Amino acid sequence: MSDVTELIHHYLRHNKKFPHVFCAGCGHGIVLGSLIRSIHGLGLEKDDVCIVAGIGCSGRIAAYVDFNTVHTTHGRALTFATGIKMANPKLKVIAIMGDGDAFSIGGNHLIHAARRNIGVTALVLNNYIYGMTGGQCSATTPQGANTQTTPFGQMEKSFDLVDLTRAAGANGVYRGSVFHVNMLDRLVSTAIERPGFNLVEIISPCHTQYGRKNKYKTAVDMYSWLKHTCVKREKYEAMKPEDRKDKLPIGTFAEHDTKGLEELYADLRTSLCPQPTEAVEGSGK
Amino acid sequence: MPNHKKKNAKALFALGNEAVVEGALIAGCTFYAGYPITPSSEIMEVMAARLPRIPDGAFIQMEDEIASLGAVIGASLAGRKAMTATSGPGFSLMQENLGFACMTEVPLVIVNVMRGGPSTGLPTSPAQGDVQQARWGTHGDHPIIVLSASDVKECMEMTIQAFNFAEKYRTPVILLIDEITAHTRERIDVPGPEAFEIFNRSYPSVPPEWYKPYEDTMRGVSPMPPIGSGYRHHVTGLTHDVMGFPTQQPEEIKSLMERLFRKIDQFFPDIMLVEEYRTEDAEIGVIAYGSVARSAHLAIDMAREQGYKAGLLKLKTLFPFPKTYVDKLAHRCSRIIVPEMNMGQMSREVKRVASKTTSVRTINRIDGQIITPSQIYKSISQG
Repeated sequence: MSDVTELIHHYLRHNKKFPHVFCAGCGHGIVLGSLIRSIHGLGLEKDDVCIVAGIGCSGRIAAYVDFNTVHTTHGRALTFATGIKMANPKLKVIAIMGDGDAFSIGGNHLIHAARRNIGVTALVLNNYIYGMTGGQCSATTPQGANTQTTPFGQMEKSFDLVDLTRAAGANGVYRGSVFHVNMLDRLVSTAIERPGFNLVEIISPCHTQYGRKNKYKTAVDMYSWLKHTCVKREKYEAMKPEDRKDKLPIGTFAEHDTKGLEELYADLRTSLCPQPTEAVEGSGK
Repeated sequence: MPNHKKKNAKALFALGNEAVVEGALIAGCTFYAGYPITPSSEIMEVMAARLPRIPDGAFIQMEDEIASLGAVIGASLAGRKAMTATSGPGFSLMQENLGFACMTEVPLVIVNVMRGGPSTGLPTSPAQGDVQQARWGTHGDHPIIVLSASDVKECMEMTIQAFNFAEKYRTPVILLIDEITAHTRERIDVPGPEAFEIFNRSYPSVPPEWYKPYEDTMRGVSPMPPIGSGYRHHVTGLTHDVMGFPTQQPEEIKSLMERLFRKIDQFFPDIMLVEEYRTEDAEIGVIAYGSVARSAHLAIDMAREQGYKAGLLKLKTLFPFPKTYVDKLAHRCSRIIVPEMNMGQMSREVKRVASKTTSVRTINRIDGQIITPSQIYKSISQG
């Protein structure tokens, strides 16, 4: 078996779960692949991983992977993840959300998860649109873009997920794209491995709902757009301001090593609970 | 009943809210997530101080009530006995996640210390306005267990009961307390945990590859392993099959929904908790719950002194509605009085069961004031 087939057999749920719900050309499958390669690369046991997902296309990823998986209510994935992590800090808790999920209905939970630095990895699959409900605008839909609920162009400004999460105090903030897969694998692995709250914004385009209304008719159009728009952060910062227009920096945007909330809580508990003196191993008495 | 003479017993001069915490800790609660709201906040404050002192205890103040119940569900899935407490407006925010917990059969306890409403209403005044919200607040068809407590000791005991039911039937349980009970300070004896029967959710006995997370069993309740224990499965609020995966097959939907109802329905006798006081020969019945039941208790004594044959049926379980007890009382009495601090949320249930056999009269109060014993006595004495 090839390496890829082996990974598929090991990590995906075969009973009843395929074919998946994603449209041909959807970026979410690439994210799913990246997630699995990252978990595999980090050598994590399946039982030590808990995937928490919200509602929408991205939320369906949870059903396909053979981990402990929780498909929650719309916008609330991070709240469930917070409870799971506080209850069992040994688990690697990964929350998968869409842009609407994480930053519209769940915006409050996201900034608070970042602020309290809970040890959860958040993967936000940003496609600028509500895909599953039929293509309405989200908090990241660019100004001027057409959607089902902005037929005359989006008038509102959109959130910059990286700026917002960084300002809220997350330990790690990253942005990747499904076109730049090797880099995405590295970003996702780093985010899973590190302490505290880490967020990866992943540009994962929806040509079905977003593209066809905004001059990217096919998946290929969307991927070539990604190819030309996303530039490495270092390169982006070296560019002249006028060249930065229409470019999107990807890479690492914040990296701190502060202890996660669950670690601080464990320290508090240790200081408050009198610990029974443990017998020294191998003392022979 | 608890044996108060046990050596681990301690005496407390406690608020109802503090007694809730005692009960929760006795029941084995190790996780609390919440958001402050009057008149429930003392529950949260005491939890914040107590939980970090016990092994594996965890407390977290979330950003709102939606987040609180989300975290509680997460912790319960991870194997903890978990609870939150709130009041009317916060309870409203929890309703969507409450539906999720019903659907995914997550054991947890929500304490709702009721205040006057609607809206922000009367934050520091008593009411019983959330009775039907507790039953029907969330979306879709689902059974639920709703309990109430009428004094400080009962706050402790009913919290333990709430955890027991939650674990036994894999369901969210709601405990309704009114502001009077929550903020009354009384002396109670808190026995050690050995004085109570404590239930824990069942753990699968089969190997992980045989485990079906939503399998139909004799009791209708399937075993529940904590996340991370090797029994990897999918939890979703979508209608799911026995393996936990989303389904749209009518047969699978039907069997899931029927099992959800059956697991509560078939244990009515276990779940329906009431207390009867001088009802053996009663001709006038009073049905009350919460702090109103205490007023009613005194009113019965006042009435008996004056020669009225009155008796009290105190409801400790509000839903599933204890219809057999109400029916029995209705057959015995020429008239039933239901005093409550709302416009008739439980009397509606009483009428549904009793109005064919006897007349049902209500006493309703929604001005933020308590229903006094004399008010109930007056209704008893006015034939």
